[in-house]
Amino acid sequence: MGKIFLTALAAVLGLGIATAKAAEGVEIPSRDWSFTGPFGKFDPAARQRGFQVFKEVCSGCHALEYIAFRNLAELGYNEDEVKAIAAEFTVVDGPDDEGEMFERDGKPSDFWPAPFPNDKAAAAANGGAVPPDLSLITKARKNGHNYLFALLIGYEDPPGDFELLEGLNYNKYFPGHQIAMAAPLSEDAVEYADGTAATVEQMAHDLTTFLAWTAEPEMEARKQMGLKVMIFLVVFSIVLYAVKRKVWAGLH
Amino acid sequence: MNGMNNPLVKWIDHRLPIFTLMKAELTDYPTPRNLNYWWNYGSLAGITLMIMIVTGIMLAMQYTAHVDHAFQSTERIMRDVNYGWLIRYIHTNGGSFFFIVVYIHIFRGLYYGSYKPPRELLWMLGVVILLLMMMTAFMGYVLPWGQMSFWGATVITNLFSAIPWVGDAIVTWLWGGFSVDNPTLNRFYSLHYLMPFVIVAVVVLHLWALHRFGSNNPLGIDAKGPQDKIPFHPYYTVKDLYGLAVFLLVYAGFVFYAPNFFGEPDNYIPANPLSTPAHIVPEWYFLPYYAILRAIPDKLLGVIAMFASILVLFILPWLDRSPVRSGRFRSWMFKVTFWIFLADCVVLGVVGAFPPEGTWLIVGRLTTAWYFLHFLVILPVLSVVERPKPLPSSISEAVLGGGHSAAGAAAKPMEKA
Repeated sequence: MGKIFLTALAAVLGLGIATAKAAEGVEIPSRDWSFTGPFGKFDPAARQRGFQVFKEVCSGCHALEYIAFRNLAELGYNEDEVKAIAAEFTVVDGPDDEGEMFERDGKPSDFWPAPFPNDKAAAAANGGAVPPDLSLITKARKNGHNYLFALLIGYEDPPGDFELLEGLNYNKYFPGHQIAMAAPLSEDAVEYADGTAATVEQMAHDLTTFLAWTAEPEMEARKQMGLKVMIFLVVFSIVLYAVKRKVWAGLH
Repeated sequence: MNGMNNPLVKWIDHRLPIFTLMKAELTDYPTPRNLNYWWNYGSLAGITLMIMIVTGIMLAMQYTAHVDHAFQSTERIMRDVNYGWLIRYIHTNGGSFFFIVVYIHIFRGLYYGSYKPPRELLWMLGVVILLLMMMTAFMGYVLPWGQMSFWGATVITNLFSAIPWVGDAIVTWLWGGFSVDNPTLNRFYSLHYLMPFVIVAVVVLHLWALHRFGSNNPLGIDAKGPQDKIPFHPYYTVKDLYGLAVFLLVYAGFVFYAPNFFGEPDNYIPANPLSTPAHIVPEWYFLPYYAILRAIPDKLLGVIAMFASILVLFILPWLDRSPVRSGRFRSWMFKVTFWIFLADCVVLGVVGAFPPEGTWLIVGRLTTAWYFLHFLVILPVLSVVERPKPLPSSISEAVLGGGHSAAGAAAKPMEKA
């Protein structure tokens, strides 16, 4: 009976997966990432380069609401470097004792400043589309990191019969293929401090690694703790099984 | 329990016999000796409820129930509260595991006839717990105020608008306004905090009713004497603990390695009343009911069918008239229909995840029809036409094959006491 049930279940689930793929259109290619898998860690060099791409390319339009300058210490920057990065930005603070708002240099405790004061301003400056906040972007999309990478390299000329609306751009992997964001990355858009060649693919990879970190900054700590917890629970289960056998031995 | 001789314990127990009660109901409590591992899920459900309450109280210390701050405060819990990510992931995955455990617990009851006399009220209290859990889970899912929180709340509360005449007024009343907004979030938070304690109260009644006649067992026959039962402690405490460790292993696997497996990516986008997600889907544990709702073309009838799919469980003890409890001694027809019914529920869950179009709509309608057919036609007819197998004369005879050693084994724990 169990067999029939399992076969029926497999048939239904198989059908489900096939339909899901058809509905989404283009399949998102999978890629090797340093941070996937039970022992995965963020590649520190790629993450720092990705931060550079974000800072120099993306941050002009996209906010990073949940990242404070102090969080950048996790990327490997020391205290002075974090202070220096924060000080590059001007932050509105106040009110002061006279009741006036004032501007000052950014401090490590400040959050990453948004490029636009509100969504209306963001939409007005970007042809009507609000650039989404990127802090959680890899968690907020299905298959997030693969999707983000694919999207960043997915810009191409539309097929001949494709009708592209005014002001939109063709992207192979975007649902519906018409995206308001113009191709953000171009060859050598940034000059990497470590000398890595800034190809579009390299920048997309680095940026995705950085944004995977902004979405799940706890990931490495989580997996490390997970390993200890799993080992403990395996041993604990075995011990309890032995105790159970011993306690019940007299009954059978 | 040597502690009973402690003078302080004696003093208290004389005035408030709580130790006597604990000894009788938690330690000595006579339990059928033949419970299999499907009987672990009751205690697992209770422990999961406790985990949810503890993590929930901790989350409530950091969470802000306001449309402008709910999403942000949830993210701050994940990032800036010490081990906040751990507490939140235990809580969100705990919701899923609570339902997994309870669904297994229910199907165990369905197969072994745990709803039959004299345990009808025990069963019905269980259905009440299920309903309360569903309300609690639904309102909890709204709290992070992501896109699915907002739109899920909008869709589900809108169901009540199907009620003739007063529907729209009821929806406005539920919302506390003319759309899902801050008053809705606030009352959902309040109720989400309250309901688990109501669940605890009903669980107490559930256990009270359970202990009246004791657990059912895989043979489905009543215990004939002391040789058929063993004290709960140490036998089932250790068996439940072992089950708990294995359960925690699976649970922790998701918490630490796939914490968003059961979630929707859309819920990491802040709620936006002006932008509707392409597919609004509830959490997986609601998908079968969602499929039933959408299988029926009429909104009011769909809502009625959805609620009826749970309410039918209340009258199950009177639908299935077979005097034999355990599926083990019922005809092959019962076993076949049981597994078909289980598969039917799983298929309903799959259907619920897809838009009601084409093949999915047809499959959804057939499986919905079968769901009600199973309870309203198959089980009542089966209990009249089938010829059950002969029942063993006692638990100890069936388990020990004679009952010679039964007296010795049963006496052992008594010596300890």
